[in-house]
Amino acid sequence: MAARTTPTSNEVAERYIEQGLEETGAVNIVSGMILDYRAFDTLGESNVLFIATIAVMILMRVDSKEEKEKLSAEEAAYTHEKTLEPENDVILKTVAFILVPMLLIFGIYIILCGHLGPGGGFSGGAVIGASLILYANAYGFQRMEKLFTAKTYKVISFCALGFYALAKSYSFFTGANELESIISAGTPGRILSAGLILPLNICVGLVVACTMYSFYVLFRKGGY
Amino acid sequence: MGPNFAENYMAAVAMVLFGIGFFNLLLQKNLIKKIIGLNIMDTAVYLFLASMGYIEGRSAPIVTDGVTDVEAYINPIPAGLVLTGIVVSVSVSAVMLSLTIRLYRRYHTLNLDEITEIIKKGEEEK
Repeated sequence: MAARTTPTSNEVAERYIEQGLEETGAVNIVSGMILDYRAFDTLGESNVLFIATIAVMILMRVDSKEEKEKLSAEEAAYTHEKTLEPENDVILKTVAFILVPMLLIFGIYIILCGHLGPGGGFSGGAVIGASLILYANAYGFQRMEKLFTAKTYKVISFCALGFYALAKSYSFFTGANELESIISAGTPGRILSAGLILPLNICVGLVVACTMYSFYVLFRKGGY
Repeated sequence: MGPNFAENYMAAVAMVLFGIGFFNLLLQKNLIKKIIGLNIMDTAVYLFLASMGYIEGRSAPIVTDGVTDVEAYINPIPAGLVLTGIVVSVSVSAVMLSLTIRLYRRYHTLNLDEITEIIKKGEEEK
């Protein structure tokens, strides 16, 4: 392992810290790093989440009707699902009624301020996903299905990932060919600054929130 | 070993955690416990990376008061690497758990030895 004082092991980090604010416009250097210098790495991460959800969807699928009936009969024999279902739990419902809006706002705040302070798409998306899970637990899946189905998941993920890939391709293309770009770093410290980092954080947050909730629904119910 | 070990105690803890996870992954017969072992291994890697990036007495890499001096902040690169690691580990755990559910539906057991036995028996009958 290289010593702390070796120049070659510190050059990249030095560059990020010294030039990061100027070049990306993000106050949070880690955000500037993962969504600007290494944006395609983060696109890959989001794609990993998407592909994992699709893989779980395929694996949890029960195709034939006979198999479905067999499975539900088995499950009924093992678990007393009705007693475990928190359908009419007053405490849970009240807590969810108070907490879910606050959690949603907190998650959105974390995503929107990802370039100004600690936070970003991954942590904010996880908070939003947790709030969706809490809501689904307290009020039942039927109510959640009006808002969120497998189709919603696919549309949101596809749009977010597509926008991410196109926007970042544009920024890399103009950057590599020294063309004029419409994206500017803006004034560091303001919410509408740091060029692409804010929209990309929103994309990542959407993908993460949907993935968290989908994992829960898939494992809880075995499908949407 | 003395002073170096005291300075790098985080690395030692990470190694111990990694060992615990690795042995769980290898020696447990229950598939769910194997997955938990792999997750403990992941945690050890995050701890190691994060402790390598931390520099005593410096603050988190968020520019405050316009100071862009290298000496003021810790290394931001390991933070990004840990983020990647967490995302990949979540995805891998989800896929492994769904595969486990698939196996349970087919063989009605989570014990790997029993599953291998059932498969062997099935082959002999053929």
